[in-house]
Amino acid sequence: MIQDEEVEVLINDLFELYGYDFTGYSRASIKRRINRLFILDSFPSFAEFRYRLKVDSAYLKRFVEEITVNVTEMFRDPLFYKTLREEVIPNIATKPFIRIWHAGCSTGEEVFSMAILLQEANLLHKALIYATDINPNVLEKARKGIFPLSQMRQYSENYISSGGRQDFSSYYTANYDRVKFDESFATRMIFSTHNLVCDGSFNEFDLILCRNVLIYFDIPLQNRVFELFDASLDTLAYLALGSKETMKFSSVTSNFKQLGKEKIWRKM
Amino acid sequence: MEKNVIMSPTCELVLIGGSSGSLDVLLKIISSLRKDISIAIVVVVHRKTTSDSTLSELFSIRSSLPVKEVEDKDAIIPGVVYLAPSDYHLLFEKKHVFALDYSEKVNYSRPSIDVTFDSASEAYGNNAVAILLSGANADGTEGLKAIHQQGGITIAQTPETASFPYMPEQAILHAPVDFQMSVEQMIDYINGK
Ligand SMILES: C[S@@+](CC[C@H](N)C(=O)[O-])C[C@H]1O[C@@H](n2cnc3c(N)ncnc32)[C@H](O)[C@@H]1O
Repeated sequence: MIQDEEVEVLINDLFELYGYDFTGYSRASIKRRINRLFILDSFPSFAEFRYRLKVDSAYLKRFVEEITVNVTEMFRDPLFYKTLREEVIPNIATKPFIRIWHAGCSTGEEVFSMAILLQEANLLHKALIYATDINPNVLEKARKGIFPLSQMRQYSENYISSGGRQDFSSYYTANYDRVKFDESFATRMIFSTHNLVCDGSFNEFDLILCRNVLIYFDIPLQNRVFELFDASLDTLAYLALGSKETMKFSSVTSNFKQLGKEKIWRKM
Repeated sequence: MEKNVIMSPTCELVLIGGSSGSLDVLLKIISSLRKDISIAIVVVVHRKTTSDSTLSELFSIRSSLPVKEVEDKDAIIPGVVYLAPSDYHLLFEKKHVFALDYSEKVNYSRPSIDVTFDSASEAYGNNAVAILLSGANADGTEGLKAIHQQGGITIAQTPETASFPYMPEQAILHAPVDFQMSVEQMIDYINGK
């Protein structure tokens, strides 16, 4: 088992040697991830683990990919998507051009769900979805729009609960154990690495989604990210968080108004 | 129960983990807790994702204590019953602060009882009591080991009183369980804290 002090040593090494800044990450989660990797890769001691990270840049890549959590789903929390469909999208529909940012998009399931909503509202042609993540590996997968067939039943149920009325399978082509989503979706998406810890604002958006990313950050880092989002949102634009995340600890919260019970805030 | 007497002044947190067949027991416990209890109660129960708010409502109606489904970085306040939200692992950032994690399922479960107990053992050491109720899988056993190792108290529901005895049985077989208790004994025990 890796001890608390050793976690700090690793975090410090990563910053000093490579400029990767994990100092603002929630320790409870990062410690679990580091321990998981330590066991998975059968290191005999902390010293060897640390040494490997110092000398082997390929291993550094693996480390960063493994300690960030990439689990995601399509139409996760269907009621959230229902609110997007019924209350958010109609309000941004009148814009001549719609810009959306998924920050921490992981393998893209959320991004394709959004594209489907826009398509069904007949807005996809005038929308651009920016999808970013710290981890280039997940973006590579997201770009392809290929997901496991085994998930589609669940996703289809989620889609229907979110108010979807089409045949969900009409959006993809199945091939063996995988499905590929229609090419027309990906043409409205831009994938790029972006690190919420150190990269700045790069556009103004009508809607930013950052779901289940902030749970991995401590409150001071969350605050900095909220300031970044605030600076990247037009007036009356929306910010959507994960179902257990909140803006209540943030210094910019007074600029926003929450939409009922949903984790969606509108900039005033 | 001499260990109980020694530990009781320092107990700050009671963790309760349950799976199949634990809902009735949980409701019984929650509805019998002392109003002026000075510890935090944290409940981790396996459930379907859809029953989300229904469960906390069910608890709220029965409980004389405030019931809260945990949100990210919530502070842990004595006298409150906290419920792990469905589809997240519930962790302790440090003493008195929760953290949530959306990583892979553990024991086919999210929330996993092992994950929460393990994290509590690190944050609370010997200030934690962990109780494992009825269930049809082996989640919780590893967590009880961790709690015990850090000096906390481990309790399993007496298997004969559980609708699904497998979970407490596994714990009794493989983890150091300090006490086996019926539901009534658990209620007295917690109210004595
Ligand atoms: C649990 S996933 C969330 C995926 C999706 N938004 C959802 O809710 O289903 C968290 C994602 O955040 C990304 N992430 C972690 N730290 C980040 C950072 N500093 N900047 C950008 N993305 C980050 C991870 O790589 C991972 O893909």
